Amino acid sequence: MINFHKDHATLVNVALMGFVLLSTGVAISPALYMQDNNAPLPGMPKMTEQEQRGLNVYVSEGCIGCHTQQVRNIEMDKTWGSRPSMPSDYYYSKQRPDIWHNTPSLLGSERTGPDLTNVGVRKGSEAWQMLHLYDPRMVEKASIMPRYGWLFKQVDSTAVKPDDFVLTVPADKLDHPGSKVIATERAKDLVAYLISLKQTPLPEGVVAEAFIATPGADGKPVAPAAAGAAAPAVDGSKVFTSVCAACHQPDAKGIPGAFPALAGADLVNEKDPLKMVDIVLGGYEGLPQYGPMPSQAHLSDEEIAAVINYVRSNFGNDAPPTDAATVKTQRAVLAPETVQQ
Amino acid sequence: MKNLQRPTLVALALCIVQGTMAQSPKTEGWLSSPGVVGTMVLLGIVLFIAVLIIAAKVSRLIQQTKEKRDAAEGNPGATDEQQARRDAALHYRLRGDELGGTTTAFDDKALIVGATSEPNNPIVDEKIYSRARLDVPKPLQQLVIWYLAASTFWLLFGTTVGEYLGLKFIWPDLDEVAWLSFGRLRPVHTNTVFWGWASMAMIGLAYFVIARTSATKVHSYKTGWWAFGLINFSVLVGNILLMAGINNGGGEYREYVWPAMLPFALGLILTFRNFYATVKRRKIPEIYVSNWYLLAALVWTIVLTVIGYVPLYQNGLGETIIQGYYMHQGVGMWFMTFTLGLIYYYLPSSLNKPIYSYSLGVLAFWTQMLFYTMIGTHHFIFSPLPWWLQTVAIVFSMGMFIPVIAGTTNFLMTMRGSWSAIGKSYVLPFFLVGVIFYFVGSSQGSFQAFRFTQNIWHFTDFNVAHSHMTMYGIITFILWACIYALLPKMTGREPSQLLVGAHFWLAFIGLFAYTVSLMAGGTVKGIAWAEGVPFIDTVIATRGYWTWRAVGGTLMFISHWIFAWNFYVMVRQPLPLAQSPVTEPISA
Repeated sequence: MINFHKDHATLVNVALMGFVLLSTGVAISPALYMQDNNAPLPGMPKMTEQEQRGLNVYVSEGCIGCHTQQVRNIEMDKTWGSRPSMPSDYYYSKQRPDIWHNTPSLLGSERTGPDLTNVGVRKGSEAWQMLHLYDPRMVEKASIMPRYGWLFKQVDSTAVKPDDFVLTVPADKLDHPGSKVIATERAKDLVAYLISLKQTPLPEGVVAEAFIATPGADGKPVAPAAAGAAAPAVDGSKVFTSVCAACHQPDAKGIPGAFPALAGADLVNEKDPLKMVDIVLGGYEGLPQYGPMPSQAHLSDEEIAAVINYVRSNFGNDAPPTDAATVKTQRAVLAPETVQQ
Repeated sequence: MKNLQRPTLVALALCIVQGTMAQSPKTEGWLSSPGVVGTMVLLGIVLFIAVLIIAAKVSRLIQQTKEKRDAAEGNPGATDEQQARRDAALHYRLRGDELGGTTTAFDDKALIVGATSEPNNPIVDEKIYSRARLDVPKPLQQLVIWYLAASTFWLLFGTTVGEYLGLKFIWPDLDEVAWLSFGRLRPVHTNTVFWGWASMAMIGLAYFVIARTSATKVHSYKTGWWAFGLINFSVLVGNILLMAGINNGGGEYREYVWPAMLPFALGLILTFRNFYATVKRRKIPEIYVSNWYLLAALVWTIVLTVIGYVPLYQNGLGETIIQGYYMHQGVGMWFMTFTLGLIYYYLPSSLNKPIYSYSLGVLAFWTQMLFYTMIGTHHFIFSPLPWWLQTVAIVFSMGMFIPVIAGTTNFLMTMRGSWSAIGKSYVLPFFLVGVIFYFVGSSQGSFQAFRFTQNIWHFTDFNVAHSHMTMYGIITFILWACIYALLPKMTGREPSQLLVGAHFWLAFIGLFAYTVSLMAGGTVKGIAWAEGVPFIDTVIATRGYWTWRAVGGTLMFISHWIFAWNFYVMVRQPLPLAQSPVTEPISA
């Protein structure tokens, strides 16, 4: 007869076996299944060696404590990606790097900072990423992210080598007027990794898992916008805040020496909006004193038109509007790979 | 009371029905969502108890006034003589010297140790002093004190780091030193209070329990010292590596790389062997229920550490499943299970009576194992992990109510009838807060696992509030209760009652400010996210809550220094046994 009250060996063994059994069922075997039944999406780029080193910096600096990398299948996570994350997305990034470390815990549990699943699309500018790591509050005043000064070096401008990445730090933020801030290898690796974070599009014909819709006040789900009815008007100011303001700043005055102002800029106030549409779709490298602007073709035609109109009629600017149809036409020329059927 | 019960029951029923099934979250009716309602009910419980005590006092006051008025009115049919006698009876009050004599008293047998007509503490109630003195073998006494000393050191270190991190939310530019950056220090805080403070204190307190309840001597003191060294070494090395930027992979509570965690695991294995051997040579046939929990917690945690660190199944999302399992079981199978074992000894012994129900303790034990193990994935609701695994986690999170209610009932029923003792003791308030938070914190965790509440609370500061409610409100408060209960009996030295009171109230008020501000801030943030507010605006909106969190955190932080001083007073210079009034021998 089993008597747990008097038989210590049985008590401990049953507790041990019970726990091992439950753990196998709920942790080890599902984990093994998830590990073995996984493959990269077609066309998903393998991580380069530099990106892999950047991921190691990401783990080492504890970025995981504040940043998630998972787009959940709920409405509010639409901000962070075009589709919910799936196991294949982590095929290359969640591999054990070496004998000393475990697989990086990339999904995270806190969003003290934004989700980074698609940050390479949202914030694809290398100049912005560097400056943001060097001093986050230089580009985003309300940010509470730490400064990562130890990933950079301040050197005399004569000591800058041709392959150094020189940060576009405004002159008044430097210790000596003659010095330059350059990125260390670790910073370059980390930025390469961050910019590589992009959701791979699903193969043609595959429909992504739907986001769980937010029901209306009556409890019935709101009909999705794609159902033919007029889509709700896009708020240009929201697009500006979440996409453009990072570099061009919330007041559109830019950062002198780093990112150009949009307020009062000739290019913005040009009568013909076409040039602005082209820049947003195709990116821009025409201003040598500033970092290059990456393409924003990941935004929809409506979003691009709305944000352009918002910028052209605010911040003291005054210029005629454009429309989604114009953006659509230009997209076919400048970014044909993003045209949606 | 009846009116209050109904909505609570309805809310609970709703939770069980809707919570596990509701898959489509809506943000409009968030206030009436089962998880939110449940959480509010739980917070209400704490408030309710406070109100109940005040209401009882007010009602007694009214009753007394009424009696006086009735007495004054008199009875119209009574004669003058009857009325006079009745009035005299109503106004009868003891003079206080009825049992005294007129002769001078002399203490022939020196029964009185000290007498004063002036209390030590002019602003607080005088508490009862710890009278019984235990004759604890010297090596055991030293082992326990050193474990507790190390744990106190790690508490101070870990919460200094925590306090500093809390301030960085308000002043992100406090420093720009790699070793002190937020990302590197955050795991230093969590791992230190886990493996340094709580684990060391738990093991130290358990050494006493295991010897006492087995009526025997600890199997090997030497093994105890080896484990002491290994665990401290692990925390020290692990922290240095984390600050140097060497992190296992960012998974919470397993940030120490395996070479740093290995000594900890060895320490656990040695501790288990030692405890097991001690229980094996017990002088009584039954294994006391405390020891069930202590032995099982050690076995489970050894298994858990192995599963968490073996890499064979941890590529891709395998790691994520293990992470959810590991971080939940770290809390559930180690801290919670072990601490429950401690309560089953220290609570009844402080009240000087047996535990209410042994069977409830056993029921809670097996259900703890069954339900706790299954719910790790509730940390990854809506993630790309299999939907069925998420549902299992949610359903079993509801099952957690069984061990939690069984445990809470057992502890509260043990306290029943001794409520007046709580006001007179400086140990019992810590137990009461710990037990109430055991119920509130654990149930709140179950409500948080619902799909709707996950929708608005997950990834926000609400998580941080929950983890402090449990690791601090439950574990830390219970550990303090046990330390204050044990040490004076061991050393004969008592801390200043005023300072224990200061410790208690600063920690309690601080924790309340900390959790309530982060829960409110987390809710505001989650709803703003659901409404599509730009991310940076939600950071700005949370600032005020972070400030209140820092205020609460500072109160908690100050209380730890007071605790450290109290600890020092209790262990500095143990009183020789001969000088203690009452001595209770423990088998040697």
